[in-house]
Amino acid sequence: MLKALVEPRWLVATGIILLGLLLIPFGAPLFYIYILSVIFVTALLAMSLNLVLGYGGIYQFHHAVFYGVGAYTVALILTRTSLPWWIALLAGPFVAAATGLIIGWFCVRLTKLYFGMLQISLGSLVWIIVYRWYDVTGGDNGIHDIPMPEWLTTFQGAYYFILAVVVVCVGLMFLLIKSPFGATLQAIRDNPQRCEAIGINVRHHKLIAIVIAAFFGGVAGVLFATLERSVFPGLLFWVLSLEILVMCLLGGWFTFAGPILGAAIVVALRTVASRYTDYWTMVLGIILILLIFFLPEGVMGFIQERVAAKNKAPHPQRVEEGSGS
Amino acid sequence: MLRVENIVKSFDDFTAVNGAQLTVADGALVAVIGPNGAGKTTLFNLIIGLFKPDRGKITFDDKDITGLPPYEICRRGIARAFQIANIFPRLSVFENVQVAVFAQQRQSRNFLQPAHTLARAETNAILESAGLQHKARHIASALSHGDQRILEIAIALGSQPRLLILDEPTAGMSPEETATTMSLVKQLAQTRGITILFCEHDMDIVFSVAQSIMVMRHGQTIIQGTPEQVRQNRQVQEAYLGGADA
Ligand SMILES: Nc1ncnc2c1ncn2[C@@H]1O[C@H](COP(=O)(O)OP(=O)(O)O)[C@@H](O)[C@H]1O
Ligand SMILES: [Mg+2]
Repeated sequence: MLKALVEPRWLVATGIILLGLLLIPFGAPLFYIYILSVIFVTALLAMSLNLVLGYGGIYQFHHAVFYGVGAYTVALILTRTSLPWWIALLAGPFVAAATGLIIGWFCVRLTKLYFGMLQISLGSLVWIIVYRWYDVTGGDNGIHDIPMPEWLTTFQGAYYFILAVVVVCVGLMFLLIKSPFGATLQAIRDNPQRCEAIGINVRHHKLIAIVIAAFFGGVAGVLFATLERSVFPGLLFWVLSLEILVMCLLGGWFTFAGPILGAAIVVALRTVASRYTDYWTMVLGIILILLIFFLPEGVMGFIQERVAAKNKAPHPQRVEEGSGS
Repeated sequence: MLRVENIVKSFDDFTAVNGAQLTVADGALVAVIGPNGAGKTTLFNLIIGLFKPDRGKITFDDKDITGLPPYEICRRGIARAFQIANIFPRLSVFENVQVAVFAQQRQSRNFLQPAHTLARAETNAILESAGLQHKARHIASALSHGDQRILEIAIALGSQPRLLILDEPTAGMSPEETATTMSLVKQLAQTRGITILFCEHDMDIVFSVAQSIMVMRHGQTIIQGTPEQVRQNRQVQEAYLGGADA
């Protein structure tokens, strides 16, 4: 089944990369193991956004909210209750998905930029609650020293755990976009009006996509909480949402793996830039503007176009899906 | 099968459709004609639920469908091809039709199976009857204008409609493409038994193909009847057929 979905050479390439990632902790300095973990978490977050943004054409401008909700769920359960750690980790994505359902329920009534505006407003409302509700969330201090099982507190332990969860989630998202639902979602992105005319309840499909994206965003949030063992309101602040938006656009929002690349570039840039400047948001803004003008389909989209032009076949990704056989 | 009674639709202060009447019998090939701006496209949009009428009633199979959302009307068996190619530009030709078949089979919420293993036979059959089977893998936006218009019809067929509505299916097509399209339309009506409602600029096509013609002007119905009855109607001759620029 997998062979029919992915070209063999892509499968091989993915296998080699995975093997490399499994071996890294044996040689690399702790700092790099940590940064790679951050990249995995962020890549999952960006990919979950791209599920609705690139594949659904839904302008989910404030996606970080679901990340923050997932992370805070873990933090609150583990610091305020005596429930075991794995329940907290499992609960995160579901609470995020529920938040997605509530926010999405209002937003799907609108389209395009209006959707984005309402989503930013409702998302900011969640941020305000977290930011101001000192007694529960710790306000701008956040919550620190979240207890975690011993094996998860080492850099290597967290690295392998995060890698495993991210690989599973990316696999699930891949199957999702290759399913009839995924095809329908892309059709909605291309032409929502026509979708209505062929019998698709567009709002309902969008809402499902938003809930699923929020779920995976929540998984990323959970992973953040396990890695950092602390949470703070910045996790659901709009600047982070802008950052992951840039990741998708930079990597290529019409490609599956684009957001991974975008996340790697942005996290690396942020790590370097934060040593030299306090104006990270401005740097982001400039990247965004340059992207829109020079690389509207992102780095991966650009590479794909080049490859396609060389092979004289339009969009190589889609070639395997035609009739044939 | 389809019955439109006294339908009215205004945009702000302009009344685009003003009491139009239309009857489509089961298995018929019905044409709507009228000068540009007569309200033909708006009438079709009202039938498929893209616009809500201000007044009037639309029944399909004797059931009231007035004001239902488009996806609901589609599920009852009405599909429509648009006047301008209204396709999924980033999807392949195959996927364009397949998505419609998924919707018709209630598969569009299937998360679990790989899409490329499903609905293949149905999709290929439609592509074949539309003559698009050799272009199945092409990205839709890369097709020629004529092929996009044919794909437009193929998407509508993906819904397995009993009533197919075509809005100027041959507009902007070369003579060969026009011939292909019209023979496709006739074939659909004859071999698949699909009822067809269409509007068309080319009077030769209309009078040679249609069994019933409805003439529209200023959003109103002047007459609906057989080609012979329409040809002999004085009002139509004066208002419309007289001027060769139809
Ligand atoms: N969405 C709309 N908003 C405002 N006016 C419209 C809209 N759609 C159509 N009209 C107007 O309604 C009239 C009828 O248009 P239309 O139904 O497209 O005519 P036809 O298809 O017969 O050429 C035109 O004058 C057009 O400008
Ligand atoms: Mg028109």
